[in-house]
Amino acid sequence: MTGINPDVQLNHTPGHVKHDGHNMTGFVIFLCSESVIFLAFFAGYAVLKLTAPQWLPDGVDGLEVRMPLINSVVLVSSSFVAYGAELCLHARKLWRFRAVWLLTMAMGSYFIYGQYVEWSELSFSLSSGVFGGLFYLLTGFHGLHVITGVLLMGLMLVRSFKPGNYDNGEMGVASVSLFWHFVDVIWILLFLLIYVWQ
Amino acid sequence: MTITNYDPRILKAPHPVPGAPDNWKRFFSFNTDAKVIGIQYIVTSLFFLLVGGLLAMIVRGELLTPPADLVDPTVYNGLYTMHGTVMLFLFLFPILNGFNNLLIPTMIGAPDMAFPRLNAAAFWLVPVFATVLMGSFFAPGGPASSGWWSYPPMSLQNPLGHFINGQFLWILAVALSGISSIMGAVNFVTTIIRMRAPGMGFFKMPIFIWTAWAAQTIQLIGLPPLTGGAVMLLFDLSFGTSFFRPEGGGDPVLFQHFFWFYSHPAVYVLVLPVFGIFSELFPVYARKPLFGYKFVAIASFGITFLSMIVWAHHMFYTGTPNWMRHIFMFTTMLIAVPTGVKVFAWLGTLWRGNLRLNTPMLFCLGGLFNFIFAGITGVMLATVPIDIHVGNTAFVVAHFHYVIFNTIGLGVFAGIYHWFPKFTGRMYYEGLGKVHFVLTFIGATLNWLPLHWAGLLGMPRRVASYDPEFAIWNVLGSIGAFMLGVASIPFILNMVSSWARGPQAPPNPWRAIGLEWLLPSPPPAENFQDDIPTVINEPYGYGLGRPLVEDEEFYVRRSQEA
Repeated sequence: MTGINPDVQLNHTPGHVKHDGHNMTGFVIFLCSESVIFLAFFAGYAVLKLTAPQWLPDGVDGLEVRMPLINSVVLVSSSFVAYGAELCLHARKLWRFRAVWLLTMAMGSYFIYGQYVEWSELSFSLSSGVFGGLFYLLTGFHGLHVITGVLLMGLMLVRSFKPGNYDNGEMGVASVSLFWHFVDVIWILLFLLIYVWQ
Repeated sequence: MTITNYDPRILKAPHPVPGAPDNWKRFFSFNTDAKVIGIQYIVTSLFFLLVGGLLAMIVRGELLTPPADLVDPTVYNGLYTMHGTVMLFLFLFPILNGFNNLLIPTMIGAPDMAFPRLNAAAFWLVPVFATVLMGSFFAPGGPASSGWWSYPPMSLQNPLGHFINGQFLWILAVALSGISSIMGAVNFVTTIIRMRAPGMGFFKMPIFIWTAWAAQTIQLIGLPPLTGGAVMLLFDLSFGTSFFRPEGGGDPVLFQHFFWFYSHPAVYVLVLPVFGIFSELFPVYARKPLFGYKFVAIASFGITFLSMIVWAHHMFYTGTPNWMRHIFMFTTMLIAVPTGVKVFAWLGTLWRGNLRLNTPMLFCLGGLFNFIFAGITGVMLATVPIDIHVGNTAFVVAHFHYVIFNTIGLGVFAGIYHWFPKFTGRMYYEGLGKVHFVLTFIGATLNWLPLHWAGLLGMPRRVASYDPEFAIWNVLGSIGAFMLGVASIPFILNMVSSWARGPQAPPNPWRAIGLEWLLPSPPPAENFQDDIPTVINEPYGYGLGRPLVEDEEFYVRRSQEA
């Protein structure tokens, strides 16, 4: 009949119309919305830092930057590795894709480990004034996103063994990869805000 | 295309329809059909309208006499807090999502939402957070009682020291409601962007779709900061941080920024779809094209943009610097421009129209009348000196309710009556509908008009006892509130009896123009199924004698034969 998109008819199952393009649009809309919550936290951080009568808790004179910097380099470069994995998938080199994808996951996991080490060595806690609360809130909320990203990558890795998984496009890998870039960009902003601007 | 008498497309087996007596059970299941979900949303939210209304009537009962004699002032604080929360998060947001679910796919010719399962999950979160919120009545220390805006330091009080307290449950419920709304918003916007019928360019979409899109955009931008603020409030309340605690170096006014950055635009999330309903209904019942269609459409996004930069007008009297007050006064007044465009477009549509005064049209006219009044008091409140004088008085309460009930509430009722035949397949009873309108309009006016005077004279809001000089305004207001309670009786009677055994509705009882009216009443699962019409003309072609879609007779005939 007139005006029916052939793809829609092809994937037509009773009750649902499946379409990869919808998923990507929806996911991008979701990420835009998710970025606003970080922007809100960043704005709150900036306002409180500029106005708080006492910013750092007693006995704390700043954050150590060296370890977090190494951590940041690992996380940010993992974004390029993820892109490399995507290229392998485009070229249908599945084993190479899995290996590079696993490397991305390892780099993400290293970041979480580094974050854990840093947290356990700090001399202040969540309830140490405004700074303590904001530090743990922001890094923790970002850390949750990193963990989510690694878990989603794991899911994509498992799915890559399913025969015919990529017959209908690579939407899952593409959107997890997009999510990973998003998490990295947020981290760069967060690093500048918390570690560089002291 | 030629149509023979026995077009093979007509002979398809009819799909089971939602609302048919044999499958009422699907309304209680995890159904992914947008039309079922829409009705689930609307019925659930109407139930909570009764709950919120009951709370309101206890509040008004307390205010009938100057002393605090009906309930304890502490209980009173909980009552108005829960009244506001229930009405916003369990009545207005869900009912408008109900309209979105019913109308977006049918109006743009899509078979369903882009993500049907996400859609169902978003709905089923509503009963979950409703249970959390209602459960807070039984929490130790009673429900949250710091007002629906939950300003710290009031909202950080936890005198009994329980981890699970009313405020904790309140924040949890609001956060869940936010998640549900984001899920809905992603779905609605994706559906509108990607699933329109062939030929339906942006400037051929009905205005309701424009306004729904504009409103859901606000949800996507505004809800995350509110959720962020709520998380920080929760940490302050339960985990010993001090983001908003001045004694720990925090800033309570920062919460107000987070809160109003969402909660002012939230009013536009609610009112924009009602502008959409007005824009749909006036042309139908005036038999004229919508005046200035493109301007009305673009003005929706004008409102979205401006709504994001006005929030601090709620904080003129809470210590904002002078430069900020001036900027926000200016931006707030600017909002009168796009809303003014819409009001004049509706008046232009009504002008010399052939008006048909049935129930939906009466509610629309009443809503428009009240909206103009609410707009005038809104510009008054935007003025810094007036706001500092009447801020936190009954005047603000009166203005707010003129927007939220007298405009949005009436618009929602108009929408319910207008689309009732389409989605239930039954006609409502016109007489009962008119009784409902008269009681609602008089009750609403009597309820909130006098409170403007009480506020101007200086009666503070959120108090259980007040100076006897304000008694007359409060007695009038309470009579109005009880009248609104009575008004729900003809409404419920009408809805229940006509849905059960009302006359069968034809596919297009109002002779309206729009894709949803080319479907049978009620529409089958997946709406147009495989024969999605191609839109060839702009909407609202009343009196112009042109078809909306290619091959229109076929769709009209099919809808009648279904």
